[in-house]
Amino acid sequence: MPRRTGAVVLAAIPLAVLVVFFLYPVAGMLDRGLRPDGHLDLGGVLDVLTRPRVHRVLWFTVWSAGLATALAVLLGVPVAFVLHRLRFRGQGLLRAVVVLPFVLPTVVVGVAFRQLIAQGGLLGGLDLDGTPVAILGALVFFNVGVVVRTVGALWEGLDHRAEEAAAALGATPRQVFTTVTLPALLPGIVSAASVVFLFCSTAFGVVLTLGGLRYANVETEIYLLTTQELDLTSAAALSILQLLVITVLLAGSHRARRGAVPHAHTAAARRPRRGDAGLVLLTAAVVGFLLTPMVSLVVASLRDQGGWSLQHYRDLQGDGEGNALLVTATTGLTHSLLVAVQAASFALLLGVLVAFLVSRRPRSPGAERLRALFDGVFMLPLGVSAVTLGFGFLITLDRPPLDLRTSPLLVPIAQAMVALPLVVRTVAPVLSSIDPRQREAAASLGAGPLRVLRDVDLPLAWRSLLAATGFAFAVSLGEFGATSFLARDDHPTLPVVIFRLISHPGEANFGMATAASVVLAVATTSVMLLVERLRVSSVGAF
Amino acid sequence: MRTRLITASALLLAGALALTACGSEEKKADQKVDQKPGKTLVVATHDSWAMDKKVMADFTAKTGITVKIQAQGDAGQLTNKLVLTKDEPIADAVFGIDNTFASRAIDEGVLSTYEPTLPATAKQFELQGEDAGSLTPVDYGDVCVNIDDTWFTKKGITPPKTLDDLASPTYKGLFVTPGATTSSPGLAFLLTTVAAYGDDWPSYWKKLVANDVKVDAGWTDAYTVDFTAGGGNGSKPIVLSYSSSPPFTVPKGGTEPTTSALLDTCFRQVEYAGVLRGAKNPKGAQLFIDFMLTREFQQALPDNMFVYPVDTTVPLPAGWDTWAKTATKPYTVDPAEVTEHRSDWLREWRDITTG
Repeated sequence: MPRRTGAVVLAAIPLAVLVVFFLYPVAGMLDRGLRPDGHLDLGGVLDVLTRPRVHRVLWFTVWSAGLATALAVLLGVPVAFVLHRLRFRGQGLLRAVVVLPFVLPTVVVGVAFRQLIAQGGLLGGLDLDGTPVAILGALVFFNVGVVVRTVGALWEGLDHRAEEAAAALGATPRQVFTTVTLPALLPGIVSAASVVFLFCSTAFGVVLTLGGLRYANVETEIYLLTTQELDLTSAAALSILQLLVITVLLAGSHRARRGAVPHAHTAAARRPRRGDAGLVLLTAAVVGFLLTPMVSLVVASLRDQGGWSLQHYRDLQGDGEGNALLVTATTGLTHSLLVAVQAASFALLLGVLVAFLVSRRPRSPGAERLRALFDGVFMLPLGVSAVTLGFGFLITLDRPPLDLRTSPLLVPIAQAMVALPLVVRTVAPVLSSIDPRQREAAASLGAGPLRVLRDVDLPLAWRSLLAATGFAFAVSLGEFGATSFLARDDHPTLPVVIFRLISHPGEANFGMATAASVVLAVATTSVMLLVERLRVSSVGAF
Repeated sequence: MRTRLITASALLLAGALALTACGSEEKKADQKVDQKPGKTLVVATHDSWAMDKKVMADFTAKTGITVKIQAQGDAGQLTNKLVLTKDEPIADAVFGIDNTFASRAIDEGVLSTYEPTLPATAKQFELQGEDAGSLTPVDYGDVCVNIDDTWFTKKGITPPKTLDDLASPTYKGLFVTPGATTSSPGLAFLLTTVAAYGDDWPSYWKKLVANDVKVDAGWTDAYTVDFTAGGGNGSKPIVLSYSSSPPFTVPKGGTEPTTSALLDTCFRQVEYAGVLRGAKNPKGAQLFIDFMLTREFQQALPDNMFVYPVDTTVPLPAGWDTWAKTATKPYTVDPAEVTEHRSDWLREWRDITTG
């Protein structure tokens, strides 16, 4: 009983934050759409779902996300093997590179991608611009890292004695893989696939930039309906559909994860052998694919007036051609770092509470269901339209005591909501891998709960806490969707500065935008490299 | 055991509260400023807002009011945000609602009336009828098709001149435009075709699509990535932009721009300012609108926002009179008609271009 009271109190804090900063704003926005004249208009909602255009949008969402997920899995699993089961120099850098796209702002990647595939670009000859292939490429670019990290984390902890036994009994390597390894990895693959599908079906920036207007998914459609047509009923109908699908996906991913028992030990990685050549080559190709847009960005940032120059970087101290910015780009960077510190601390504080609660082993099926629900609810922000959330903030948090629209904490809070699921997913596996008997032993020796936390949990979990903080910091640095709705222009973050620069005319502004993007990418990579050094495999895994 | 756990959670709660407390203190400081009436003025604008810091400082020196600029997306998003938040307005004044969204803002009751004395030449830009009392014209611009003259000279192809030319096979695959559903200039171009072809505009767009027009999401994409002279490595020498774009393509050390605007393809956009209904600082908002009509502010408009001042007696920057001329006969559509048909037009346009 006392334990339960404690858990309820602990659960109340993150839940309250989630309600105020996520559920309430989203509900406020849906309410506007469902009750346009003060009374419920379900007919209007159902009517939206019968429009041919909506069917086209839904169909595109499903097939583009499905295909991108399949590709990400096909490429990600071999890369996971090379980066997590083999051991070689420079592996840490490669692992950081693989997650990097995930933390880069979509606005930067969108422009980098388009420069690459536009007819004059490096890959212009392939004629991919404006085709679904370009969208698929970008979706895979963003998400292959999620598969690599998730599957890799599982693979690293996999007990390889079963594989060795199968091999000793005469199984060929292929048989070992299909009968022993693959079934063991399957929960991780399914979990990663459902999260990737979720990310792909809610992708916004890349679809808008790369799809031109020929291709729209549910997310871009909600954006257009809300911001341009003010058709809140249609937007609400699609948002509800989106929420339903996300709930199903999260439930699926949860079920899959339940099959995967995390192992505390890390299996010994081996050096690459000749037989691995194919996989190593494939990994090299994938890393090359991930690096190409970034390299083209670096090149663009160093080109000025047909020659090589650092001019665009020097320009960052100013406010752009034609006063494009209200503050200098360097001020934007400083502000980004400050916001990232606040957002990361916020996400860590809440994330640790949630992770602590979801990693307890429940005693009854009822408590287990409650725990699963609690876990799932905090994943919801991953899949809800940033437009709906952003507008929701505007219309719900507008009067005392919650008049937060002008508060400087609004951006860090919103970013913390985005980073929270990632913190939970990094810390929770480590906490649940701690043998409860260790805690019981400590308690029976007279240690109080705090002492147990300090002497048992903390020594085992501190690396994952640090890694989660770093990851949240990196995510915050690159966050653009929610931030662009909430950031004030006198206090912009660097991605907002970059967006302003590319939307103002002048070659100097475009050059500055590429330079600022490189600075941002370098900052995020450095943070991710530090995180990588902590060797916490659950970072970026789901 | 129980007390310890409660202590632990109390500590965490205290931590969380401390965080919120920091926030609310800053908040209080904000409110204190607000309570002295009129010392700060929040102005909601579109993303293209840019202004000399000196000009803004002069306003503060003159009135004692500090202006906080809050950009809210493009003209459409700005208007829609104001409509959504009209019960608790997010600002005191608005700048950047254009003639394609003016009626929506006025019909939704977002604005209160304010009628300052306009410079004599600005009268022509006023809204018609009683709407004139809600929004004050500040600047205007022409959305026109731009071409890369260098490209056409190099290829030895005669450059296009008219809207009809864009649908001709000579220019197949050479034209890129931002979309009408996702961008203000894109919407302006759709209205150009509505004004030029009347009810036949869908068949013109079908011809454009058959001629491989490229439709991008935003102006940035179209100009900086796809246009041959926009800084990227684009491949389309014809782009939808503004009549004020060419001066920005004067190469370093050169004296002439490499691009020009087709003045027979222009739509006139007028941008307005207004006082928001329910503003906390309505007096400050009025003073700021007055300030936007002064010669100082009007003169700074071209260099900062690439638009033309409504006070046409104000001198333009060097080069603008030759290379950034405005259209003599721009296309226009009555704002009320735009509001009435916008959804239908956009839906039909979208079906044609995304079909």
